[in-house]
Amino acid sequence: MTGFDVEAIRKDFPILSRTMAGDRPLVYLDSANTSQKPRQVVEAIERHYLEHNANVARAMHQLGAEASEAFELGRDKVAAFIGAPRREEVVFTKNASEALNLVARVLGDGGRVGAGDEVVVTQMEHHSNLVPWQLLAQRTGADLRWYGVTPEGRLDLDSHTLTERTKVVAVTWVSNMLGTINPVAEIVRRAHEVGALVVIDASQAVPQLPVDVAALGADFVAFTGHKMVGPTGIGVLWGRYDLLAELPPFLGGGEMIETVSMERTTFAAPPHRFEAGTPPIAQSVGLGAAVDYLTDLGMENVAAHEQQITAYALSAMNELPGVTIVGPKEPVDRGGAISFTIDGVHPHDVAQLLDSQGVAVRAGHHCAKPLHQCFGVQSTTRASFYLYTTEAEIDALVAGIRHTQSYFGA
Amino acid sequence: MNASNVDALYQEIILDHYKHPHGAGLREPFGAEVHHVNPTCGDEITLRVHLEGSRVADVSYDSVGCSISQASASVLNDLVVGKDVDDALTTLNAFQELMQGRGQVEPDEDVLEDGIAFAGVAQFPARVKCALLSWMAWKDAVAQASAKEDS
Repeated sequence: MTGFDVEAIRKDFPILSRTMAGDRPLVYLDSANTSQKPRQVVEAIERHYLEHNANVARAMHQLGAEASEAFELGRDKVAAFIGAPRREEVVFTKNASEALNLVARVLGDGGRVGAGDEVVVTQMEHHSNLVPWQLLAQRTGADLRWYGVTPEGRLDLDSHTLTERTKVVAVTWVSNMLGTINPVAEIVRRAHEVGALVVIDASQAVPQLPVDVAALGADFVAFTGHKMVGPTGIGVLWGRYDLLAELPPFLGGGEMIETVSMERTTFAAPPHRFEAGTPPIAQSVGLGAAVDYLTDLGMENVAAHEQQITAYALSAMNELPGVTIVGPKEPVDRGGAISFTIDGVHPHDVAQLLDSQGVAVRAGHHCAKPLHQCFGVQSTTRASFYLYTTEAEIDALVAGIRHTQSYFGA
Repeated sequence: MNASNVDALYQEIILDHYKHPHGAGLREPFGAEVHHVNPTCGDEITLRVHLEGSRVADVSYDSVGCSISQASASVLNDLVVGKDVDDALTTLNAFQELMQGRGQVEPDEDVLEDGIAFAGVAQFPARVKCALLSWMAWKDAVAQASAKEDS
């Protein structure tokens, strides 16, 4: 891992040198929720607003041309980053949830899913890759089925059999709660064998892993900017061009049309067909800068660091009496999110105590209530790591957990 | 507010109620049963109210949640059972005012008894909803039970 210098990287993130209440240094272990942003991203957004701001595509002046170019450059960068065969396959949305809702909606409206068809998800989904499919099933009369999860926190691919009735398989690449990295290539193979489309929720994958959508072979991939050192307010739906070209629009409005009369409208080609209204312009600039930042570090290095810091955290936390990790306990096919429970202390109280030590984690159901039910817990505490996380921060987490246990007499 | 000062939040009284909740469990008879959730964190409570005329004869509950929400349900039970509905609603208002007062409201111990321990919670905005979960469930249930009594 030459050239991956965490201390140097941390200097790009001024927020990481902040102190919290009681003059404690911030230990930010909530990156699966949202990542912090490097100076390079914030400055790119600032420069855009201060020097190039205008609306895109419809402003016939010089600033409009600059803004349009900047916006579309963000698309080019994202397309290159994920190995998209064509830049027109990258649709900007407001977040990953909207990207997933978009694809679920237009697959129904476009007649790709209908009554009696089957949509398959997993018990491991974030609500944003479950609820849109429930809604699609309700609208169309399709049946919703799912793969279960093993006690270890892996996908149980034997728990459901795909048939020619299966039209869509929607699955998360990396679980936001368990950290599990799913065998997406195998799922794509099985789904395509029966002619089903594959939708991948890559919200936790694109930030951590090198991603090549062409090699992956899925039909749609959704992710969000703010978890990959980019800004909030921008998500991405990548889709195979022939599918995007076939499918009807999602939202109607400006920018998504070809021509409009009072009676009817014809629609623009992808990606603009799916981008009604003023798009996230400055956010595209910021996401482009984020992608540049990650590319400079090298996604193989980011992934290797994630792996190494997760292994360090797992080995420390596995040793702690009274602490149970919910999800894979070995650093194999595993991302940098560790959910856990502490005997006798509710997760909210754990998070509160850790916060009092400056350690920021998430507590609750992490938008994955059905998955928590699988493990018989109502909520968990989750620590999640990223390219700026240090071993010293994991040590602070462990010390915080010990402090919490003694505070509550657990 | 100083978020490092968790002792203001976790008063001994709160931890006592959390470890030894008063009136926990679901009991018969009851005039109304409600189920309230806190959608952001997933805390849940099922709560029953039994009225005898205008008196709160019993409040029984089954809940999953953090120390603050559990202790709050226990204190609720202490404060409203045996009281006249109107008096209990006055207590609810006092508790709600304390919780939503951002730490600026001076609690009246005569009215709130152990509930004054929650004054510190008001300084932690993210936890106010934990403290109010059982109270809002009770308010809902008592309205339903009263409507039934009247009909």
